Order: sequence, then structure tokens, then C-alpha cells
Amino acid sequence: MRAVGWEVVIGMEVHVQPTTRTKMFCGCAIAPLNAPPNSHTCPVCLGLPGVLPVINKAAVEACLKTAVALNCEIPRHTKFDRKNYMYPDLPKGYQISQYDLPMSHDGHLEVGERRVRIRRVHLEEDTGKLVHAGDRLHKAWESFVDLNRAGVPLMEIVSEPDIRSAEEARDYAVALRTLLRTVGASEADMEKGQLRAEPNISVRRTGTTELGVKTELKNINSFRNLYRAIDFEVKRQIEALESGHDVVQETRGWSDAEQRTFSQRTKEFAEDYRYFPEPDLPPLELDPAWIEELRRALPELPEARRVRLVSQYALPLHDASLIAAERELADLFEGAVRAGADAKPAANWIIGEVAPGGSVPTINQLADVVKLVTSGSITRDQGREVLAESIRSQRSAGELVAERGFAQVSDESELEAIVREVIATNAKAAADYQAGKKQALGALMADLKKKAPNANPKMANEILQKLLQ
Amino acid sequence: MPLSRDQVRHVALLARLGLEQGDEDFYAEQLSGILRHIDRLQELNTDAIPPTAQVVEVAATLREDVPRPCLTQEEALANAPAAVDGFFRVPSIQEEA
Amino acid sequence: MTLDPTHLTISELRHMLDERELSAQELLGLHLERIEAADADVKAFLRLTTARAAEQAQAADRALRDGTAGPLAGIPMAVKDVLCVKGVETTAGSQILKGFKPPYTGTAVQRIFDAGAVMLGVTNCDEFAMGSSTENSGYFPTHNPWSLDRVPGGSSGGSAAAVAAGEATFSLGTDTGGSIRQPAALCGVIGMKPTYGRVSRYGLIAFASSLDQIGPFTRSVEDCALILQTMAGHDPLDSTCADRPNNVARGLHDGVERIRLGVPREYFEVKGMESGVRLAIQKALNTLEAAGAELVDVSLPHTDYGLAAYYIIAPAECSSNLARFDGVRYGMSEQDAQNITEAYMKTRRKGFGAEVRRRVMLGTYALSSGYYDAYYLKAQKVRTLIKQDFDDAFANCDAIVSATSPTVAFPIGSRTQDPLSMYLCDVLTLGGNLAGLPGISVPCGMSDGLPVGLQVLAPQWREDITLRVARAYELAADMRVEVALVD
Repeated sequence: MRAVGWEVVIGMEVHVQPTTRTKMFCGCAIAPLNAPPNSHTCPVCLGLPGVLPVINKAAVEACLKTAVALNCEIPRHTKFDRKNYMYPDLPKGYQISQYDLPMSHDGHLEVGERRVRIRRVHLEEDTGKLVHAGDRLHKAWESFVDLNRAGVPLMEIVSEPDIRSAEEARDYAVALRTLLRTVGASEADMEKGQLRAEPNISVRRTGTTELGVKTELKNINSFRNLYRAIDFEVKRQIEALESGHDVVQETRGWSDAEQRTFSQRTKEFAEDYRYFPEPDLPPLELDPAWIEELRRALPELPEARRVRLVSQYALPLHDASLIAAERELADLFEGAVRAGADAKPAANWIIGEVAPGGSVPTINQLADVVKLVTSGSITRDQGREVLAESIRSQRSAGELVAERGFAQVSDESELEAIVREVIATNAKAAADYQAGKKQALGALMADLKKKAPNANPKMANEILQKLLQ
Repeated sequence: MPLSRDQVRHVALLARLGLEQGDEDFYAEQLSGILRHIDRLQELNTDAIPPTAQVVEVAATLREDVPRPCLTQEEALANAPAAVDGFFRVPSIQEEA
Repeated sequence: MTLDPTHLTISELRHMLDERELSAQELLGLHLERIEAADADVKAFLRLTTARAAEQAQAADRALRDGTAGPLAGIPMAVKDVLCVKGVETTAGSQILKGFKPPYTGTAVQRIFDAGAVMLGVTNCDEFAMGSSTENSGYFPTHNPWSLDRVPGGSSGGSAAAVAAGEATFSLGTDTGGSIRQPAALCGVIGMKPTYGRVSRYGLIAFASSLDQIGPFTRSVEDCALILQTMAGHDPLDSTCADRPNNVARGLHDGVERIRLGVPREYFEVKGMESGVRLAIQKALNTLEAAGAELVDVSLPHTDYGLAAYYIIAPAECSSNLARFDGVRYGMSEQDAQNITEAYMKTRRKGFGAEVRRRVMLGTYALSSGYYDAYYLKAQKVRTLIKQDFDDAFANCDAIVSATSPTVAFPIGSRTQDPLSMYLCDVLTLGGNLAGLPGISVPCGMSDGLPVGLQVLAPQWREDITLRVARAYELAADMRVEVALVD
């Protein structure tokens, strides 16, 4: 939404689970979502007395790849710190995280026309899961702890407050997901909790520079809800300020059922995390040669691909942005072009048909349909049907076109016979056209479509005009 | 600097240590005594001195991402004061009484 | 010389075992008898692991017969209550861990077991290793075998007393500020803290992670080198454990000729230094000089600040390390509470003893917002200065010698009311922890009928020098660790 007179300021904290087989500091396998509680733990992630953390190399590598892809600076040395607070889902009573020497800092991500600055990307460990007796937190009288997720690696990606709308926030999250998938750092599936976006939102009068009081939103589990939650929260803040109330700095949850944000219990006193260097882990040296190796091995990033799609295929920037934003779509586009489809029609089909629908065709399925429509063999409507059916049944486009008799009539003599019949049965319309009423052609074409649905409309139109001259 | 009773209460809450009768005075007095000794550190000018967090020079070793056997659920819960259906059970996490 | 096997060293016993003069099971039986006779008075053990011991002794006898025996086959030993042993109740001397049975064995203990040793039981210590007298045990105090109304030192008092009383041939302790060396001195046995990072801490219930090290109590320097060698070396489960060459016994018998021993003047002027202790140390230095060592004056100018820095860093780390004791996954739990915060507060108030609570409070305060720079960061900077002192001193000497403790064993109950007077017990040892140095305490005579310990510190990773100087003293002074005969 665009509220007149107000500017929206959003910063994003995104937690991403890197793709690893084991946890951050121990050799426990990452539990599948349906694993029985406390079935994927060991003395280390249970926080038993006497255990020590050992850093997972794959998690570090995923974090560094992400940092490189986000144009971050990577220091020679990084270290881990303890964030101290006691909670039943945090077995050691502290979370191993990074405080003043994160794995990387000061990068940026291009989102559409905006450059969003990245403050830092660091590594930490996830907490366990709490299940409450009773369905609402405030009624719970006992809780149950499952530590399967305790110690799962997390990358925290923190942006500067450079985002200016709910749309941009959603686009930022989508762009981040694409980037993470492209570099192979994470599956970044929001519904599986592999990507958790927590926007910090404030509003201020247009033209002012001082930041307003911000709220932080949690429990958002899809891109759509990210948009809705921010949209709701922005309206709520503006309404509060316009009616003379204050915005309170707090954490607010998103309720999917009620489609609104609600204040989460404010703690009785501000937690003091007492960060200090994790004595169980020596500082980590990041060899520049290693970083360089990771940088060289990175695939083409979405931003670079967008630029290339414009230059190589002469796509409009808008089309290139939409296609480059999803690696799957971009691969489909380039594959279809390689398979003989023309670039611009292929892009139109992807943006108009593939992206809004759920299922993605194979390269050949799309290329075949684009070629058939471009050459005039079938109509666009028929193309849609063939594409859908070939995705569903995995049969070839050619086979489906033949089976349904979709092949267009493009034979000139055959078409001429049909056109003559149309003129004969619509003598008045034909006369009107010849008298200068150009719109009469529409009625003639409509009848033609009814009489011969397979007629190539472009050719039929040309023949009609020629015969009426 | 001596510790006030308010500070004692605040630190005890941070540390999640219950206070029983007499504890506030006990901590205030004893911690103040120790801190009096510790305050001699302020005599030293350490502006140009880097802190030592790790005393020997060891670079962190990284672990290969290879799973090791987990404990079974029974082993994980074996020492639990209260366990229900494979979970650790805790009193309500609600803060206000 | 008595040939009572409960008085002998590992190498002597190993000879007897190899010559079939004695079986491992007989040796175990003799030790269990000795424990039966002495431990009601000494109270070194919290619990015995007799069934496990019988199995290990049986296996040792088999291995001795088969010729597959490891270097410690059949040797009876004891483990401080802070080292996790799978299936054996391990409580860190605290009520809060009562009943806790770890599902794993720590690396150092496992290596000792793999070498064939027989574990007799778990020894008493100050709760979470916080203390210098073993009076802070959550169970009962241990008594000094040389004088039952006195403390054995601490925190590893049970481990020191067990070796001193003939209850175990060797034992394992941990040293965070002197917790091996000081009780070794007070009980008249050898005790060693290795370089930080020499022995894996995996399985050691942490007190202060950047200071803790595991080490042995033995009756000879050679035994000490053997146990250290057995435990030491890289462990993929401890990132702070160094991957480096490990020959700590190199040159053990090479003597001290042309070795420069630094005598830090500040260590002879500490508050509360007893004249009897000073005298015994002076005699020991004379003995070493006579054996060919060169004594040089060195200075450790920040000695006066060590205690203050230590009593910020150690409590700060402990306040975080002890946050896991929350009554959720193990240990004591007060479930009768309105909410989780109340449950935490009740459990921890009840489960922790006074000294542990004092240090958790102190450490929490030192890390808290507004005080971090003035206390924790300041202490870390002073730690740098103290390490620098040692580096400077070692530029002019090969090892540093001093008393281990300014006093001999003091009467039980005499220091419990004043925490600072107790903390002063560690004033000569904690510098070694702050600087990560290896240090050993060897008995060097008596004062008022109580043992005095000589401390030898060496640069990081130079355990070989520490052991070589200690061995030279042992030889030159004809020193033999005696077993205190408790009646």
C-alpha cells in the first residue's frame, strides 16, 4: 500500500538453514520433519555436562558462498560468541552465535531497481522446539521440549533498513531464496522452516529522516504472508500515529487465521545476553585462497543472469528480471531457446503461462509449444491446452496436436474456399466493408472462426481482405 | 564498588538463582568484598593492551559434514527429571504468575 | 622399604604384574581393602565402582597373560567427580547433578581405560571444582591423610588424598587455578597440570573453559609423564586441543645441568607465605643448584593482579557454563513452580552450594550490560599482561620454580567464612592457568609435619622441561612419595 504522506522503512532479518547433513557443532544428522521427538540428539546438542562444540565445515562453506554471492566483505578472522539466556528450548543456556566478528559484513543484493545493503551474514545454531499443552501459549500450564532441531545450523542474514514497501520486502525474500538456491547454500523452503523472514518495520512522515519506532514481526511462513503481515502492520502503525497514539517497540506475531499481527508477551525485563567469546572454539581463520576458490566455483548469480538475458536475447529488462528471479524459470527459458524457440515468445510464454501456474514444463514441452504457435500451426489457445496436457500426461506436443485435430489449416487454396463461403453467407457485411466500413471485417472473421476453428487466423484474414478488394 | 540490594536482585534474576531469606545481604556483602579486591585492576592502564580470550594459539579445526550415530530417544531422556511421550516436560513457559 | 603394593609406583607395580608376583585382581583386592580401612577417615571417594573395577582387572589379567597388555594394565586408579564416565554417576561434587549418569565417557578417561587401567571409583571435589579445600563438596569434606583435621586442598582433594592414603596408585584431577597442584602439595604427592590444549577436555564438566585442564596425581615423576603421555594428544571432539607432537617424556632423565631456573621474587613475597614453606623451598632450590641448575632472578610484575583477573574470568565463564543446569534434561528439578522461570530459580537455588552461587553471581555481574568493559574485558587485558610477564621471564630462564602453595594444609573450617582468604590459596598457581603453562608440584619436605610442594612451571608445550626438572629434583633429593598411614 502507499499511504500518502508516510514513508515505510523495513529492515529484514532472515534465518536460513544451510544445506548440511549434520548439525552445526555435532555429528547428529538433521532430523526429517516427521521424526519422533528427541530422536536426533547426542550429548553435544543435548547440552550434557562435559561436551564441546566442533564446527561443521559444510555450514561454514555455505555461509561463505552466501556471503560472496551477496557481495560481502569476508574478514581474515572470525569467531563465535555465547549469547546467554535460559529457556527450555536452549539446552546449554546459551546459544553459540557470532557477535562482533561475524563471518562476513557489508554486502548488497539488487532487488528490482533497488539495492538493499546487507549488514552481515553470520552463523549460529537453532534452538529446539516447544510444544505447549493447550492450543494457546497463554493458557499453557506445561510445555514439552523436542531437541531434534537444537544445534541445526542457521545463517542469519541481516539487511540495512533499505526496503520501502511490503512488495519490496517480499521481492527481497524471493530474491534471497533464488540466490541461496543458485549457489547451493540452502533449499530455502519457507514452509519447511528453512527460511524464516523477520521484518523490522517502522513508518515516518515523508521528508523526515529520523527513524520511527519499529516493531519486529515473527511467525511468518510464506512469501504471501510476509507481504500481508507487513501490509497489515504498516496500516496499523500509520493509523496509530494518525490518531495520536504511539507505536510501541515490541515483537509482534502474525496470525494466519486472523490475518493480523498481535503483540507477543513483552518480557518482564529486558534480557541482557551477556555476549562473550566462546572459549570452547578458537578463532576461525578464513584463508583468502579458500574464499577465492569458492568464489570461482559459484554459478552465475541471478543479477548477472538478468543482465545477460537482456544483452544476449534482447529481452526487455522487465522480462529478464522476472525470469532471472527464479533459477528454474531462467534455465527453462535458455533451454527452450537452445531447443529452437524464439526468445521473446518463449519469454512471453514463461511469464504469462508458466510462472502464474503451479507446474513447470520440461524444456522440450515448452519449446515445442512455442514453436508450434509461433509458426502458426496451432492457435495460442490451443497451445495453452497442449502445454497443460503435455505436463499432465508427459506426452509430446506433436502427438497431442494430431490427436485433437488442432493442426491449423494453412493451405492457401483450402483457406480461400472457406473464405469464399463466408463472403457468400455474409453478403451484407462484405458489402459494408467494401463501402468503407472497416469494422465489418470483424463479423466476417467471427463467422469464419465458427465455420473453421482450425483456420490459420492470420492467413485467413489476409485472404479475406484480398478477396474483398 | 559495593553491590546494592537492587543489583543483587537484578543479577540473581539474570542468573536464574532464587533468593531466599538472607541471600540478598549475603551476596551484597560478600560480592562487595571480592569486588573491592578486584577493583585493583583499575590501577593498570590497559588502553593499548589487547584482550586474551584464548591463551594458546590453536586455529579452529573444522569437522567434515559426516553424520555420527545419535543417541536413541530412550538414551536422550534417560536422565530427564520429567519426560512424557518422548518429550522433556517443563512447567509453563508463561512468565507472569 | 615396604613392599606393600598400595605404596608403590606404576612402574614398580607393572614389574610385579609382568613377573606374575601379583595379579591385577589381587592388586585390586588390596586396594579395596585399603579403601575399606582408610576411607572412612579420609573420605576421598564419593562412590566406588567395584563391579567395573573387577571386570577391568579381569581383562587386565587376561591381557597380561596374552601379552597384549597396555602400559597401564591392571593399575588401580581413581577419577575426579568432574570427568564423565559412561554409566557411572558423575555429579561434579554437586547436589544438582545427583543421580546423573553420562551416556558417554570423556576422551582422557577413555584413553586411560584403553591403556588397561582399573577404575576404583569417583573422588570427591569442591562443587564444580570451585574451591581450594574440598570443603565446598556438595556431599562431605575430604580429610588430609597426613592430618585428618586438615583439608587435603582442592578442588581435586579427593584425588590427591586417595593417592596419598594408598587408596589408588594414581588418579585424575582437573586444574583451573591450581586444583591439581595445590592439593598435590598439601597431600605430599606429585600433581601436574599440562599446557592448556595438551589434553582433551571432552568429558570434563566445565568450570572455566579457557583455564581447565585434566592432569594426573602420581607417586613418581616417571609415572606422571606416563599418564600424561597416555591422555595427551589431538581429539577431534575438542577444538581447543592441539594437534602437535606429543613426546612429553623426552629427556626425562637428562638432569638439570646448565638448566636455568627462574626464581620470581614476587612469588616469595606473597601475602601469607609461611616461613616453613619458604625454608623448604629454599632447600629444594639449593638441591637443584647442587645438581647443576643455574638459579636466576626473574620478575613477574603483575602477580598482584593475577588473583583479581582470575576471579573475573573464571566466574564469568562458569556463570555461562553452569546455565545448562536447569532441571530440564538431567539433574535436580523443582517442578513445583508456577512457570519456568520460577522452576529455574528454585532448582538452582537448591541445587547449587554457596560458593557456586557466589561465583555464578559474580560472573553474571561481570558480564552484564554496563560492567563488561570494566570487569570482563579489563580482566582479559590483564591476562595479556600476565602472559607477557611469563614470556619475558622465560626469555631468561628455562623453567620457573616456586612454592606451590604459600601454606601447608590448614585446619578444616578455618577459611570457609572468608572467601578471599580461600582464594589466596591459588595465588602461586593461577598464573600458570592464565598463561596456559604446564606446571607440576613435587613434594619437597615437610613443615610442621605437613608436606610442602615445589612448583615447576615451563613455557607452553614444554612439559618435557617441567618433568625433567621435577625428575632431577626427585633424584637429587632422593625423594620418594610416601603413603600417609592413616590409623
